[in-house]
Amino acid sequence: MSREITIIGAGVVGLCVATELTARGVPVRLVDPQPQPGPHACSWWAGGMLAPFCEGETTEEPVVRLGQEAADWWARAGVQVHREGSLVVTLGRDRAELDRFARRTERHNALDRSALSDIEPDLGARFDRALYFKDEAHIVPRAALDHLRDQLDHNGVPVDAEAPEGDLVIDCRGLAARDVLTDLRGVKGEMVVLQTHDVELSRPVRLLHPRHPLYIVPRGDGVFMLGATQIESGERSRATLKSVAELLNAAYALHPAFGEAEILEIGVDARPAFADNLPRIRRRGDRIFVNGLFRHGFLLAPALSRMVAEYVIEGTTPEVMDEDQRER
Amino acid sequence: MVAFYETEVRSRLMLGTAQYPSPAVLEQAFRRSGAGIATVSVRREAGQDRAGAAFWDLVAQLGVHVLPNTAGCYSVREAVTTAHMARELFDTKWIKLEVIGHADTLQPDPFGLVEAARILTEDGFEVFPYTTEDLVLAERLLEVGCKVLMPWGAPIGTGLGLTNIYGLRTLRAQFPDIPMVVDAGLGLPSQAAQAMEMGFDSVLLNTAVAKAGDPAAMAEGFARAVEAGRLAFEADPMSPRDMAAPSTPLIGKAFLE
Repeated sequence: MSREITIIGAGVVGLCVATELTARGVPVRLVDPQPQPGPHACSWWAGGMLAPFCEGETTEEPVVRLGQEAADWWARAGVQVHREGSLVVTLGRDRAELDRFARRTERHNALDRSALSDIEPDLGARFDRALYFKDEAHIVPRAALDHLRDQLDHNGVPVDAEAPEGDLVIDCRGLAARDVLTDLRGVKGEMVVLQTHDVELSRPVRLLHPRHPLYIVPRGDGVFMLGATQIESGERSRATLKSVAELLNAAYALHPAFGEAEILEIGVDARPAFADNLPRIRRRGDRIFVNGLFRHGFLLAPALSRMVAEYVIEGTTPEVMDEDQRER
Repeated sequence: MVAFYETEVRSRLMLGTAQYPSPAVLEQAFRRSGAGIATVSVRREAGQDRAGAAFWDLVAQLGVHVLPNTAGCYSVREAVTTAHMARELFDTKWIKLEVIGHADTLQPDPFGLVEAARILTEDGFEVFPYTTEDLVLAERLLEVGCKVLMPWGAPIGTGLGLTNIYGLRTLRAQFPDIPMVVDAGLGLPSQAAQAMEMGFDSVLLNTAVAKAGDPAAMAEGFARAVEAGRLAFEADPMSPRDMAAPSTPLIGKAFLE
C-alpha cells in the first residue's frame, strides 16, 4: 500500500489510528488546525482509566471485551501503563450500591478493611469494604497524547492544518463531525484537577453514590483528577458551580484530607456519542468515520485503531462497521 | 383512558427519562412498556443555545406526550424560570412542578410549591405539582388552580414503595375527581399495582426502570402491574375479612356455628 492516508483530527482517536497505521507501514498524514494536543480536544480532559470491567456496570458487552485490548496497546506504544487495578467503594448508607455494582460486573474480588489497607492504606481507615478489579489499569492521558504525537513526529508523519483533496480520509474529528454524522450527540462532562500530598492513592477509585457518582484518578506527584459529570448537552464550556460542588463534595467524602487540596484546574467538554453510546466506524465514499467513543476514548481507541488498520490494509469489515444510514 | 387537563393519554404509566445507560435503552423501555407520558428534566444550562437539543429530539421521537419538569429547583424563582424555558423548548403548557425543600431527602418545599403553582397557573401553565400526601397542602394546590396532583409514594429514588398508605388513601378519598399520579419512591411493579388498586389514576417512576439490570424488561413489568392494578380497582375488589369463607359449599358437613 503506497497511497498516503489522511487522518483528520489529532485527538486520542486520530493519534491512535495514525500510530497503528504507521506501525503497520502505511504512510499517513495528520490534519488538525491545532498542531499539538491540548484543551481543544475532549481527550485532553479524560480520566485515563483503562477499566473495561467496571464500565460493564452500565455499558454493553463490546465495550468490556474491546476495552481489554487497551492496556497492552498503550504499553506497546511506549506509554507508561500503571497496572495497579482499580477500586470501587461506597459510603456506609449506600452499601446496596456496592452489591449491585458487584452483581453487574466481573473479574473483581471483595476486600475487607484489612485487605484494603494493605493496598491502599489511606482508604482502609475510611472504608470497611471495597471491590478490587485487579486486571484494570490507568494512564496519564495528556502524557499519552503528547507521547503519541512525538512518536509520529519522530517517524516523519507530516501534520498539516488543512486536508488535501482526493485522498482516502479517516475522519476522527469527534463531535465536530456532527456536520456529517447528524445522529451524533454531545454529552457534557466536567472535571476537576486537585493537588494534595495528604492523601496517597496508587490506583483509580470509584465512589458509588445514587446521585453523584465520582471517580478519582491519581496522576502522581500528589495530583488527582476528579471526574466526571454526565449531562445530556452538547455544550463544551461553562462548568457550573453545582457540578463542581458535587465533585468536590464527593472527593471530600472519599477522604477529608481532600478538603485541604489545591484546585489546579476545572475542565469541561462534551463527549461524542451515538444513541446507544457505542462506537461506530462508517464509510461514506472515500471517507471513513471513527466516532462515538463516548466516555471510552482511551479505552476503545486502541481496538478501533486495530479495526481501521485491518479494514484499510486487508479489507476486513470491522465489527463496529455501521451501514445503517440513520443520519437525519 | 385517563386524561390530564383534558388531554387523553393512552397509558396510565408515566416514565422519567433520566439515568438510563443510553438513549437507545431508554427508547426500548418506552417501546416495551407503552408508557404514554415521558417526563424530561430541563436543566437551565442545557437550554442555553439548545445545547441539549440532541437528547430532546430523541425523546420527541418516542411519540409520547412530553411532560417537562423542574427537577433540581430549590426556589420558586428557579422553578418558574425553568418552567418558562420548558414551555418554549417543548411547546407545551404542561409542567411537572418540583420545588425541592430538602437536599438529602428531596422532599418538596410545600410553601414554595404553592407559590410557584399559583404563579405558573396564572401564567397559563397546566401544572402537575410534585407534592406529599398532605391533605391541606393538596387543598392549597387545588385552590391556586392545579387540576392534577402528584403525591409521592416515598422520597425520590428510594424504591421504598407507598410509605404512608393511610395518608394516600385519605387523599384519594378526599378528592375523588382530581386525577392523581403517584410519583416517586416506587421500586417494584407490585408497589405500582398497589397504588393503582387504591384508585390512583396513574404512576410515574424513573429510577426503578432506568437502574434495573434490564430496563426494558422492568418497564414492561411495571406496565403490566399498572394495568392489573387498574383492572382490580375497576372491578370493585372484595373486602378483606377475618373469617375464612370457602368458595365451594361444604356439602354434607355439619354447620359449625
